[in-house]
Amino acid sequence: MYGNDFSAPSGPPNGAPDEVTGGLLGEVEAAEAELRAAAARGRRGGPTPDEDLAAYFAEVVDAEQKIEPRDWMPDAYRRTLIRQIAQHAHSEIIGMQPEGNWISRAPSLKRKAILLAKVQDEAGHGLYLYAAAETLGISRDELVQLLLDGRQKYSSIFNYPTVSWADVGAIGWLVDGAAIVNQVPLCRCSYGPYARAMIRVCKEESFHQRQGYEILHTLAHGTPEQHAMAQDAVDRWWYPSLAMFGPPDGNSTHSAQSMAWKIKRFSNDDLRQRFVDMCVQQAEILGVRIPDAELRWNDERQAYDYTQPDYDELMRVISGDGPCNRERMAHRRAAHADGQWVREAAAAYAAKRAGQKETVAA
Amino acid sequence: MRARRGLSHTHVGSLHAPDAELALRNARDLYTRRQEGVSIWVVPAGAITASSPDEKDAFFDPAADKVYRHPTFYEVPDGVAHL
Ligand SMILES: [Fe+2]
Ligand SMILES: [Fe+2]
Repeated sequence: MYGNDFSAPSGPPNGAPDEVTGGLLGEVEAAEAELRAAAARGRRGGPTPDEDLAAYFAEVVDAEQKIEPRDWMPDAYRRTLIRQIAQHAHSEIIGMQPEGNWISRAPSLKRKAILLAKVQDEAGHGLYLYAAAETLGISRDELVQLLLDGRQKYSSIFNYPTVSWADVGAIGWLVDGAAIVNQVPLCRCSYGPYARAMIRVCKEESFHQRQGYEILHTLAHGTPEQHAMAQDAVDRWWYPSLAMFGPPDGNSTHSAQSMAWKIKRFSNDDLRQRFVDMCVQQAEILGVRIPDAELRWNDERQAYDYTQPDYDELMRVISGDGPCNRERMAHRRAAHADGQWVREAAAAYAAKRAGQKETVAA
Repeated sequence: MRARRGLSHTHVGSLHAPDAELALRNARDLYTRRQEGVSIWVVPAGAITASSPDEKDAFFDPAADKVYRHPTFYEVPDGVAHL
């Protein structure tokens, strides 16, 4: 989740992820250019009256063209997208809580302004994504209700507590970092509104990752106590961040459907590997240790060997038994209830104004 | 949204609002956090009438056989300037 759909299929990758050289933003731009190029290539018009709609849909997807809201699509494609985009949106919204916890206690006005901007971005990401989901024929109110009722999930990562200021840094570096690795391939998703929302989101995410990295770098190069704070945060966030990519491919009971539909482009394990390979050098420069004694370069695979996160813990947290699940949901429900009078007042004011205009026009 | 003076407005996204005035404010907060625009239009989604990409053939066919609407259709004799 958080751009990764666990209950959706995963299968063989369409090709290994590119070498990671920190060029993730470049990939977002490439995806954007590709989107424009595909649009320029165009395709033949709609299906002929007696043509099989499913075959036509498959042809459009295979040609790397985008499916748009008014196109015919298989019901399962629509359902998969609604679930994945909704879970992604919920994650952005719930994800404001762990960091929001530190806004009032940020160590300086500068850090506070930055953190506010970051958390505001996450709210924006949630709204872009709800809007993308709405193009599939479900309303935002319904989606919000599904979250509040616990019938749709959000990323497990946000059920961990932020106990020190260094956690804000670790979240930016590791959690936003993992989210970016997950989300960059989604900029090429076959569903147009989702792909376009992800391009916007990914461009904003890179600021999040860098501000987190800067917080940790400052702490890691400060007093021994500050360095210990940074190390402690990395120790606690490392494995939950690895778990964000979902269960290992071998345990995946899913078909290759999301791959075939070009919603998903790489398997969970490929993305996780890519994230690990990216972090090792960044950790060295930070001056913190990744808490994995087995972490070492594998010349044969041209990748790092690493210890897998505890997937039983992941499943426990997803099913509601993480350290903060109850707190996060209680907070979300309270915030929604507290906003009720604002929504009602705005609607009443709009209705009154509309009434006045009609009187004038009459 | 108009990104800069001299450019036309292009669609950037959707949002919810009780009325047009609040829609403008919400659009500012949601879509211009990094100075992406100098002007915003908001239109209620219900007020839009759209054709479908899948109706492409039937709807846009009338233009397909009128190549003479493009300047490249015409042969220009050698040596003609300013044409
Ligand atoms: Fe985000
Ligand atoms: Fe973020």
